[in-house]
Amino acid sequence: MQVLVLATLDGIAYGALVFLVAVGLTLVFGVMRILNVAHGSFYALGAYAAASIGGALASAGLSPWLAYPMFIVAAVLVGVVVGGLMERFLLQRIYGHEETLQLLVTFAVFMILDNAQRLIWGVQPYFYSEPLRLLGNVKIAGITYTAYQTLFLPLVALAVLFGLRWFLRYTLAGSVIVAVTEDREAATAVGINARRVFFLTFVIGVTLASLGGALASPTTSVLPGMGAEMIVLSFAVAATAGLGQIEGAAVAALMIGLGRSMAVFFAPELEVVMPYIIMVLVLLIRPEGLFGKSTARKI
Amino acid sequence: MEERATIAPYHMEEPVKARRIILSMATVLGLGVAQTALAQDAPENIKIGITTFTSGPASVFGVPAQAAAEMIAESINEAGGIQGVPVELHFVDEGAGAETLTTEVRRLVQDLDVDVMMAAISSGNCINLTPLLEDLEVLNILWDCGTQRIFEEAEYKYNFRTQANATPEMMAALLYLLKTNPDFETIAVINQDYAWGRDSWELFSSALMKLKPDVQVVAELFPRLGAPDFSAEISRLLATQPDVILSTSWGGDLDTLVQQASQRGLFQNSTFVLPLAESSIQRLGGVLPDGVIIGARGDHYFLHPELRDDKNLGDFVERFRKRTGDYPIYPAFHMAQAFAALQAAYDKAAEANGGEFPDRAQVLEAMEGLEFQGYGRPLTIREDNQALEAQLIGVSRTVNEYDFPIMDDMMIFDAADIMAPAGENSLDWIGTLDPSFIDIEVTEYKHGE
Repeated sequence: MQVLVLATLDGIAYGALVFLVAVGLTLVFGVMRILNVAHGSFYALGAYAAASIGGALASAGLSPWLAYPMFIVAAVLVGVVVGGLMERFLLQRIYGHEETLQLLVTFAVFMILDNAQRLIWGVQPYFYSEPLRLLGNVKIAGITYTAYQTLFLPLVALAVLFGLRWFLRYTLAGSVIVAVTEDREAATAVGINARRVFFLTFVIGVTLASLGGALASPTTSVLPGMGAEMIVLSFAVAATAGLGQIEGAAVAALMIGLGRSMAVFFAPELEVVMPYIIMVLVLLIRPEGLFGKSTARKI
Repeated sequence: MEERATIAPYHMEEPVKARRIILSMATVLGLGVAQTALAQDAPENIKIGITTFTSGPASVFGVPAQAAAEMIAESINEAGGIQGVPVELHFVDEGAGAETLTTEVRRLVQDLDVDVMMAAISSGNCINLTPLLEDLEVLNILWDCGTQRIFEEAEYKYNFRTQANATPEMMAALLYLLKTNPDFETIAVINQDYAWGRDSWELFSSALMKLKPDVQVVAELFPRLGAPDFSAEISRLLATQPDVILSTSWGGDLDTLVQQASQRGLFQNSTFVLPLAESSIQRLGGVLPDGVIIGARGDHYFLHPELRDDKNLGDFVERFRKRTGDYPIYPAFHMAQAFAALQAAYDKAAEANGGEFPDRAQVLEAMEGLEFQGYGRPLTIREDNQALEAQLIGVSRTVNEYDFPIMDDMMIFDAADIMAPAGENSLDWIGTLDPSFIDIEVTEYKHGE
């Protein structure tokens, strides 16, 4: 029983982090139909930015609690500056083009950003764990957990999930995004600026990826290559959920998190492949993903 | 006839004079040709191709090693080169993938005609490149990779390793554990899921079962290489409470594991054995608690107890710090060993060549049985082209002089005592061990004494 409790807690914590990153990828695909391979780079940039800001706070002798608002600052900075520039100068030129071109362009951005990280921050791992320590530990079922991973990250993930749902359903900007997603031509005909909607959506998607990286930075080594690891997992979540499904991404992330932690406890040799086993099983039964909708293909 | 014989200018009266002049000219020309031939023997540069990780997670090793190589090459050239010939370095990134790496190495050998290759960090890359470089007939120094399989599974003429391999590295960690914690009953492993993580555990656990058969393995965890989170693994280890936890992980993975384990109190319950932790210790700083068994993959350390007052080591450490801001870690020392071996081979070959600059075949011959000195005890290349290198290992200890733990309660194991003899498979050799192996003689040192 204790083992089940432990595996569940670990699965929820891991799933929360994966959801935070994957939801941005899902949102961008759902609205813009762009499969953004560079998404993992934004995760890494968010982590580097947060670790650097945290280090600067410590050097300046400021309160480490400031790291928490700085996570949001770092995420928004990356989202608006890097994401905004990418959407404005690259993606706008390839909307409506075939997926291969989109994949190539976003992959090129991924490579450029990966090397840029190396140039700026070098190759040595960074670790800024002060925010993790500030929240202290909790003891559950006789085992010590960090409050940051066990409580804070899942709460943030829930806030993002419900915040996004509220934004898309109950705000004018959200309704405009939904309108463009449903029928771009009709939305444009009634005076909606679809390009601005795409810009806003992409910035939100990048900000979410970056926020995931910033929130992950106190728990993990920030180092070159971390973006590549996360993009693969995010794609697995997005494919399992059904591309474009936000609630589905939450469920898929939770399934993958739980599957992985159960594997650690009961079948460690399957840990590495567990996300992909879950993805394959889901796609075998529902090729459009857990929450994806079957659509007629126009020929 | 006389006219024909008189080829001298018109003012020369006697054909004899003409013959003398021709002979003299021939002699001078001959000497000139001979001198030119000698000058051609000593090339303008000794071209060295080096594979190292400048991208990817293993660049935590590759970049310091590259800095060390550049620093050493500058020193060699400032001192006039090797046997008077400057060295010229050409780097290839191991992080670019096996296919690109192979192409680049081929280019270095076939197009650039490098005199020597130094490959590689990754054991996988060493396994791929050693047969290729053997076919290309170029001297290759395996400067960092650890897999013991290279010289146990094949015989090579052109490949030599200038440091130890995984077998003595794992034996040293195990013997240290058994000598200092003889009563432990349970052990768990958490290694990276790739060849090194699996192979090192196989060596360690096989020997452990021979030396202390009553030990119970309570968890074998192999998270993927580059995993960002070990929470579930740590929960399981906290629940299982093994007496000892082994991890041969490195780089960001090891840093993350230590940070997360430290935060959750795992170090309080179990004795950690981290044979590669010397390479992470400066980044981890105070997060790594005292009493963790740490190794450095060989007999080198910036505070080496037998070389504390050695000027060469002191200079190397200071120059490296000046260049990178850090104390040298094991890949930098391994690179220094590779260059030390190369210099020693050229010197030995030149001596055998009557003081003249040696050709490639002579340098290759000199590598056999070579004795050379890195920044530890002297090393020897044995008959299977594998170096005999001692192993230094200790425990972490916080001291006032450094903002990270240093190694204390050190032991140095002699190489020949803890590795399979030449020509013997490591696992077969381990199969012959018995508990008396634990009593093997070892030199012990305290920090600062």
